[in-house]
Amino acid sequence: MDYPLLAFYAFAAAAVMSAVAVISVRNPVQAALFLVLTFFTVACTWILAGAEFLGIALVLVYVGAVMVLFLFVVMMLDIDIARIREGYVRYLPVGLLVAVAMLVEMLVLIGIRARIAVPFGENVAMAANQGDVPNTTWLARALFTDFLLPFEVAAVILTIAVVAAVMLTLRRSVGTKHQDPAAQSRVRAGDRLRMVRMEAVRPIPATAPAEETKP
Amino acid sequence: MTSLASSLSLGHFLALGAALFCISVAGIFLNRKNVIVLLMCIELMLLAVNINFVAFSRQLGDAARQVFVFFILTVAAAEAAIGLAILVTLFRNRRTIDVADIDTLKG
Repeated sequence: MDYPLLAFYAFAAAAVMSAVAVISVRNPVQAALFLVLTFFTVACTWILAGAEFLGIALVLVYVGAVMVLFLFVVMMLDIDIARIREGYVRYLPVGLLVAVAMLVEMLVLIGIRARIAVPFGENVAMAANQGDVPNTTWLARALFTDFLLPFEVAAVILTIAVVAAVMLTLRRSVGTKHQDPAAQSRVRAGDRLRMVRMEAVRPIPATAPAEETKP
Repeated sequence: MTSLASSLSLGHFLALGAALFCISVAGIFLNRKNVIVLLMCIELMLLAVNINFVAFSRQLGDAARQVFVFFILTVAAAEAAIGLAILVTLFRNRRTIDVADIDTLKG
């Protein structure tokens, strides 16, 4: 038992316990905070495995952005927690059964005892491929050469997601004045200006005789 | 990268990923009425998959797997943003996010 292994066990225990807390606490705000803890500890295990850039990216993207978004939405919505929790006990046996069965099957498939036999420190593929290059440089070399097109597509996906999220939640409030660029560019002179044909003389007011007779 | 020459190995990470994945599956079963916790469970599932990717990247010395983790993070962020936007719209229209109440498409 050396220090990284002990640290990994501590992080893994914290991650599993906080993940259990995510699915079992009553309050969605607490669930979101426990999810933050899960993401953070998993980022720590990634850094233990040498994926430093991804660990930091996970903290920045998830803890910094996505979970704050979750917290905002949870706090904005007025949720009836008692109503939403009904059925929890009813589904508890089948949920636990399926989860435990899946876990046992996966652990059997993984064959942990065989996988533990060759530690990361001893395998040669990593050292041969990476050498002394830092993790970020190593990742960036792959990202900006072989995966340049997918990288750009990911940027487009993010942009589309932002536009879609804004369009989904946009609400046209009554009374405010908006610019409509489509209508502006579609407009013709006939929509703005009305030509009226009329005589070049001053029309005689129809009520004029009535006013003269009154006094 | 610092070579943490230890007895830490692929099996540890695969077991952690499997455990987190099963916990999130159980969460989807248990919290069937709470859409927010369902979204959180989906995020947890993607995280479990990413743990496997990172572990195999370390094992095989291949940068492509870490690039894939990067893309999964991108797609998960987009999915969370759109999912929460749908949730907000739903709550605004129906005043509830209970899954049992959302059955308009049933006909």
